[in-house]
Amino acid sequence: MLVSRPFASLALAALLFALFVGVWQLSSATSPAGEVIVDPEYAALVGAAAATGGKTPFPSPIEVGARILEHFADPFYVRGTNDQGIGIQLAYSLGRVLAGYGFAALVAIPLGFVIGMSPLLYGALNPFIQVLRPISPLAWMPLALYTIKDSSVSSIFVIFICSLWPMLINTAFGVASVRREWLNVARTLECSTLRTAFRVILPAAAPTIMTGMRISIGIAWLVIVAAEMLVGGTGIGYFVWNQWNNLSLSDIVTAILVIGLVGMMLDQLLATATRVVSYQE
Amino acid sequence: MTGPFADPFDPKTALWRCTCGRHASQAEHDRALTCEPAGSEPNGAASWSDDEPTDTETLCARVVETAVAKAVFRTEARRRAFLSLVGKATAASALAAFFPLDAAKEAFAQAPRAPEKRDLKVGFIPITCATPIIMAHPMGYYAKYGLNVEVIRTAGWAVIRDRAINREYDAAHMLAPLPLAITLGVGSAPIPWTMPAVENINGQAITLANKHRDRRDPKDWRGFRFAVPFDFSIHNYLIRYYVAEAGLDPDRDIQIRAVPPPEMVANLRADNIDGFLGPDPFNQRAVFDGVGFIHLLSRDLWDGHPCCAFAVSRAFINEHPATYHALLRAIIEATAYSSNPANRREVAGVIAAQNYLNQPVTVVEQVLTGTFADGLGRVQRVPNRIDFDPFPWHSMAIWILTQMKRWGQIRGDINYAQIAEQVFLATDAAQAMRELGLTPPERPLRTHVIMGKTFDPSDPEGYIASFAIRRT
Repeated sequence: MLVSRPFASLALAALLFALFVGVWQLSSATSPAGEVIVDPEYAALVGAAAATGGKTPFPSPIEVGARILEHFADPFYVRGTNDQGIGIQLAYSLGRVLAGYGFAALVAIPLGFVIGMSPLLYGALNPFIQVLRPISPLAWMPLALYTIKDSSVSSIFVIFICSLWPMLINTAFGVASVRREWLNVARTLECSTLRTAFRVILPAAAPTIMTGMRISIGIAWLVIVAAEMLVGGTGIGYFVWNQWNNLSLSDIVTAILVIGLVGMMLDQLLATATRVVSYQE
Repeated sequence: MTGPFADPFDPKTALWRCTCGRHASQAEHDRALTCEPAGSEPNGAASWSDDEPTDTETLCARVVETAVAKAVFRTEARRRAFLSLVGKATAASALAAFFPLDAAKEAFAQAPRAPEKRDLKVGFIPITCATPIIMAHPMGYYAKYGLNVEVIRTAGWAVIRDRAINREYDAAHMLAPLPLAITLGVGSAPIPWTMPAVENINGQAITLANKHRDRRDPKDWRGFRFAVPFDFSIHNYLIRYYVAEAGLDPDRDIQIRAVPPPEMVANLRADNIDGFLGPDPFNQRAVFDGVGFIHLLSRDLWDGHPCCAFAVSRAFINEHPATYHALLRAIIEATAYSSNPANRREVAGVIAAQNYLNQPVTVVEQVLTGTFADGLGRVQRVPNRIDFDPFPWHSMAIWILTQMKRWGQIRGDINYAQIAEQVFLATDAAQAMRELGLTPPERPLRTHVIMGKTFDPSDPEGYIASFAIRRT
């Protein structure tokens, strides 16, 4: 359905977006009513809205759009430790996510494989996994800061711990639920355990593993923003915190947009990879 | 003669302040014996005798010898007995046999020159209190003392504390009570921490939401929700003090939450809190955005109260004495520069930038110049709304400790004076101030007046007991 009428859905999406922006523009254009303070000296010292007795309103789409263009005109500038372009901040965040996620994949997939192949280990480790899995990764942050003693490594650790579980569980599940017949065939052909693992189990479990990886990257990208808001320094999460500090909502909207777009790209990347390894029974 | 420059191997000198060690000076000791009333000490009680050494080298050597002799003999009587028995020369050589006196003298005499570590990281919270730490960067004071300092904006007090403890930062901007709390191990593992300089005095305010314009009397504040930057902050102690004076129990009648300063205005706007006692520029920012008004400035509660500080770990000082020496001078010089009213407008322009506070210039300027909109339609002119004074009064530390005890953050007996001396390095600050041509106070203890009530640092327990609302 989606494929059969791509233009119609695109047009509808554009219409919805235009409607949303239109409503936003209209609602932010209403001027705040209130007593007008006449003292020009006072008015010069406060924001435009406060001078007329109101609160600084939410920025209009035009203001936000201008800010977005400003950010993207020069995304990679570095003007000191605490003043760097949005592109640089994104690169920091992506670097942390990839490091934590990559490390988690290195641990989770082999471990998940072993757990999936051995019902004994599965039973033994399952209680631990079930207890550790639902812990919000940010709850690890104080512990990580205390033990690792490095804030950057701590955020990578938080990414690691949050991307670990979906990959581990999916890998174990995928490996454990490989069809008996296929394993029996391998045994009949006298394949070694290693050969069975790589030639039979891995391809059979690959789609499940990839699904786990896709879930993980989504969670990792969600968590990095929160982790960086907490620890600060660099990254897109820190950018959001810093603009919150300045109560600059247009910058925050810009960041939200960018976070969404990058998250979507990461997800699409893994979706493509999943399609490559999937098979029809 | 008496004092640190007396010859410790001469049995006739008095190394301790008096022969029994219980009085401030020998004169007072004698008076006590003759039942003379104290307080009428004649001028020059600690008169210098003729054998007073004059050149710096000898003086330094004397100080070291005296310190060692004091540590070895413990009491005046024992020192005299020993010296009279064996004689001066034998005593000196006997002491030198088991303590490397010459090496110690040499190490002490050599004023540290080149910093051991040049590339430093100093964390700060983006508030106007951090002005000296920030200003030392663009003004080139760090570079002047041979340091290459990176000043790093940090997200909150817990983070800055943890990063400092983890040695990611060599030194940090901290709330004045924080080094005391870290040293005592309240809220974290105990680590000897020090505070060689106060950054700002005053410069905080109580900001209330606009809807409370008609409820200015703290007696009507029952049920209010207030934000303070951190549990161990002068803000927390001042708001508690303020409402307690109005008869409200800060633990039962109002709510106090620790909220990072940047999030205070957002919370006030969202009606999540009724007000905050927080650092600037966020009070002014609330006015700028039409969210709240300035109820009163913290200088109206305690004029000259300490707020934020420059803090380093004891380990850092021990490992990098010359770096510490240089860093402290850079900070104090920047503090003096920021304190000058003539420079305030320029300072505001510099620190408001993206790289530092990331705030509208007019907001920071109003804080630093003291000509500000109060949110009630008036323009107020209070030049000392914020000021910068590096001297870490021990009496300030003692006051903070009394409040920590008053509100149950610390329990049991504490040696107020000793902790104050360990953490608030008044001697170092005074020395650095003198080198820069400033005049530090003579003694690190004084009385303070908080909301009309005098605090005497010599009787902290009595001070705590004088409050009706307390947790002890």
